[in-house]
Amino acid sequence: MASVTLTVNGKTITRDIDPRTLLVEFLREHMRLTGTHVGCDTTQCGCCTVHVDGKALKSCTLLAVAVDGSTIMTIEGLAKGEDLHPMQAAFREYHGLQCGFCTPGMIMSAVDMVRRKGTDLDDKTIREELEGNICRCTGYHNIVKAIHYGAEAMGKAGTAAE
Amino acid sequence: MYPFTYHRPGSLADAVKLAGSDEAKIMAGGMTLLPTMKQRLAAPSDIVDLNGLDLAGIKVEGGKVTIGAMTRHADVAGNADLHKAIPALAELAGMIGDPMVRHRGTIGGSVSNNDPAADYPSACLALGATIVTSKREMAAEDFFTGLFETALEPGEIVTKFVFPVPEKANYQKFRNPASRYAIVGVFVAKFAAGVRVAVTGAGSSGVFRQFDFEEALSKIFSTQAIEGIKQSADGLNSDIHADAAYRAHLIGVMARRAVEAAR
Repeated sequence: MASVTLTVNGKTITRDIDPRTLLVEFLREHMRLTGTHVGCDTTQCGCCTVHVDGKALKSCTLLAVAVDGSTIMTIEGLAKGEDLHPMQAAFREYHGLQCGFCTPGMIMSAVDMVRRKGTDLDDKTIREELEGNICRCTGYHNIVKAIHYGAEAMGKAGTAAE
Repeated sequence: MYPFTYHRPGSLADAVKLAGSDEAKIMAGGMTLLPTMKQRLAAPSDIVDLNGLDLAGIKVEGGKVTIGAMTRHADVAGNADLHKAIPALAELAGMIGDPMVRHRGTIGGSVSNNDPAADYPSACLALGATIVTSKREMAAEDFFTGLFETALEPGEIVTKFVFPVPEKANYQKFRNPASRYAIVGVFVAKFAAGVRVAVTGAGSSGVFRQFDFEEALSKIFSTQAIEGIKQSADGLNSDIHADAAYRAHLIGVMARRAVEAAR
């Protein structure tokens, strides 16, 4: 067993875990934060994307012990109470999902994309930056649209730097 | 995943000691190791995590670029000094995997793994990098010894890379549309002393230099110089994505594109 302390969505917790525990397992099974999904479990689909110390990572390919001491943000940590994060609101507004399974990862990637590339994103950039997120329903068109307007909304709301 | 004991050493000396045992595996970013362990293709008794060591960073000085082994692909891709010194190397790092993988994966891990379709080995070989480990310095030529094989001894850890700055260089990659690994990747680097060309993704024993291209390009650095040179399909990979003849053809195409784009 190994002791791990993580700050997840603002809450610091310490647990003794098997070193094999993946970060996504820690989040879903130990913390019951089931918004982070496991799609492919092979580092390809991006459904498990979370932010670790402010950067998007695939939590299915990360040992929880290896990020001991880190600050984690999951999809559950984005909204402020009842108010959706601008990127979440944009996915709803522009219908950036069908079944919704990939959506948590898409949104976490999109917020990270804005951190790196700014709030004025063209379609080419968005599509390139979505390399690590797979959606099997939408054909991506509305996801790209949602990210474009979500990024713009983040700029207006001043959340891009958060 | 089979059980293992996890170590996060705080010094290189401790890491070397821990990594020296037969069944131990060194973990840098873990972007290849963890998927392999999840598939139970690897079952190390011990994981030696290098993330506690201070091995990251990029320094450009005196015609050389030094990159720490634990530098993430995203940090190589985004480094402004490197973009000025060897833009081809920064661009190569930006073509690896996807943004999330680039946030975690490291140059040291990629090169030590020596995947035959990995990008960095071609840059090391074409730029004539010196690979510095916990016990010695090696030329890239001596480092890559075969498919997933390197000259690293048990417990030996890559600490940094020293790249000479070329006059110009470029990397062209023909990606597998699904995995984004190189079906063929060609790195061309022009130095005052001559041109070096390294090919990844194609060779059945991993990365290799294309000496015929090098000779021709060293005389005249233009696409015409290598237009007529036939790349043999012997020793090239054949798989469902591309057969050896197609890969041979792509080597010429990628090399010409790299020459054209070199800066």
